[in-house]
Amino acid sequence: MNEHAPNHAERDDAPVVTSKNIKASRELIAASVTINRPRSEIYAMVRNAASLPRPLRELASVDFASETPRWRIAGARGRNAEWLVEITQEDPEVAINWQSQADSDMTASGKLCFADVPGRGTVLTATIAYELTGGLVGRLLGSLFQTDPSLTLRRALRRLKQYLETGEIATAARNARVAAEERNGG
Amino acid sequence: MRALTWHGKHDVRVETVDDPGIVNPRDAIIKVTSTAICGSDLHLYDHYIPSMQRGDILGHEFMGEVVEAGPASSLKVGQRVVVPFTIACGSCYHCGKKQYSACDNGLPAENQDIAREAYGHPMSGLFGYSHMTGGYSGGQAEYVRVPFSDVGPIVIPDGIEDDQVLFLSDILPTGWMAAENCDIEPGDIVAVWGCGPVGLFAIQSAFLLGAERVIAIDHFPKRLELARQLGAETIDFEESATYEAMMLMTGGVGPDAVIDAVGLEAHGLFVDNVVDQIKASTFLGTDRTHAIRQAIIACRKGGRVSMPAVYGGFVDKFPLGALMEKGLTLKTGQTHVQRYMPALLTAVLEGKIDTTFLISHRLSLEDAADGYRLFHDQQNEATKIVLKPGMASRRAAEAV
Repeated sequence: MNEHAPNHAERDDAPVVTSKNIKASRELIAASVTINRPRSEIYAMVRNAASLPRPLRELASVDFASETPRWRIAGARGRNAEWLVEITQEDPEVAINWQSQADSDMTASGKLCFADVPGRGTVLTATIAYELTGGLVGRLLGSLFQTDPSLTLRRALRRLKQYLETGEIATAARNARVAAEERNGG
Repeated sequence: MRALTWHGKHDVRVETVDDPGIVNPRDAIIKVTSTAICGSDLHLYDHYIPSMQRGDILGHEFMGEVVEAGPASSLKVGQRVVVPFTIACGSCYHCGKKQYSACDNGLPAENQDIAREAYGHPMSGLFGYSHMTGGYSGGQAEYVRVPFSDVGPIVIPDGIEDDQVLFLSDILPTGWMAAENCDIEPGDIVAVWGCGPVGLFAIQSAFLLGAERVIAIDHFPKRLELARQLGAETIDFEESATYEAMMLMTGGVGPDAVIDAVGLEAHGLFVDNVVDQIKASTFLGTDRTHAIRQAIIACRKGGRVSMPAVYGGFVDKFPLGALMEKGLTLKTGQTHVQRYMPALLTAVLEGKIDTTFLISHRLSLEDAADGYRLFHDQQNEATKIVLKPGMASRRAAEAV
């Protein structure tokens, strides 16, 4: 049973990740964004992280097209976390299920869902379940995020939306030098 | 370059700062020829708006000449443009509906979290107006980086003075949208609380949209006189009892539509960690919420309430009962500037709307800090202050 599947709770239709009462055995985060672009275009870009611009790729992505796909999440001050993952199930242009490889030192799994919304483009929902082991990895994760990991996920989806809808990623940097400093975690 | 920077409450300075440059393909760099101080800049000056940082460049009403255009900009070097204060992408769902101030993509992703917490949703970016609205450098400077320059700025034909078109950047469209939100019908009486720049433009716009009469409420004699010159009847709320006067002036019916062009000042924005401050400022500001409360009480049954005034947080004693029982409609929001600019430019060029009457002071950018003090302290005399980066500094001249 996929514990982070939406609509799992019994008493209502809300995604289980929002439940106040069900205590998941693993940390569960989810975010959803509506992107005013066709589903096939978004799917192709997400499926092949190499096609993403660098700031997006580095924030949070999985390059499923690679021979050794990695789940990557950017942490504070330019430090990143990466885990080897594999696709467990794929329904082209609809959903990608993935999990960390057995020899990875992190246990995580996730799902990306793509759905059409007439007149509004595509809804992309990302759900990730992971275990904070309390060991070195757990401490590393804590120090990396310094904040709710769902914030990182939400920001990643916002940037993907910005890039796909506008062709660029919004920044308040006054000039290219400042923009480069910000990219490098300055 | 030189720019007006914020350093804290009542502390703004003209300093030499880093020049702007092209960062994204749709950017343009504008050399500012005119920029105005807005009433809402005083909220920053008084430090009612959180998420300001020392050194932030203020200013969201500006125009100038294109000196550099990114590869995806539609602008050409040398063009004169007025820049809307709202930073909108032009391609998201909301921009598609011309709801530019609700643009999904104008704010950097990392700046969207504050508004999500405070309001449920992030809005468009704004120039020079705290980090909650993007942290973009503003236009009270010699140069500005303008994102999405293919969507926002409007090109001004040659031979038109800056002063005629500068206010297309904010207060003219804001006054227009305020009147449009009144859904004016023939024979309507519209009442406008606040005869600052937005209120005065709302009065002009209400007449253009077919209002039979406009009643303007304020207490500064000079501002009431300007309202009267535009054809409004006036109520000085320090001189007369507003509600009673309004009823007698409307045959006991009340105005068909009311506009609150006063806003918060004392009431804050805000994020959870300053809730106490909000409460304090709300209690202190009882008189200042008076405008929207009084407008709702005065409005006729089934009438329309338009609220262009800026509010950020929570208010006490809001007459929700009157709103419901009288079946009023409330419309509000930051202005969808890009939606209104082309038609309003035409109206200005055809002489249907005059904007220059508003300007009381023209100062050099170098004297911008004096301008803030003047606008803050002398609201009767200082109706609108325009800063000209190219103009010689009065202060410097006096020092010689």
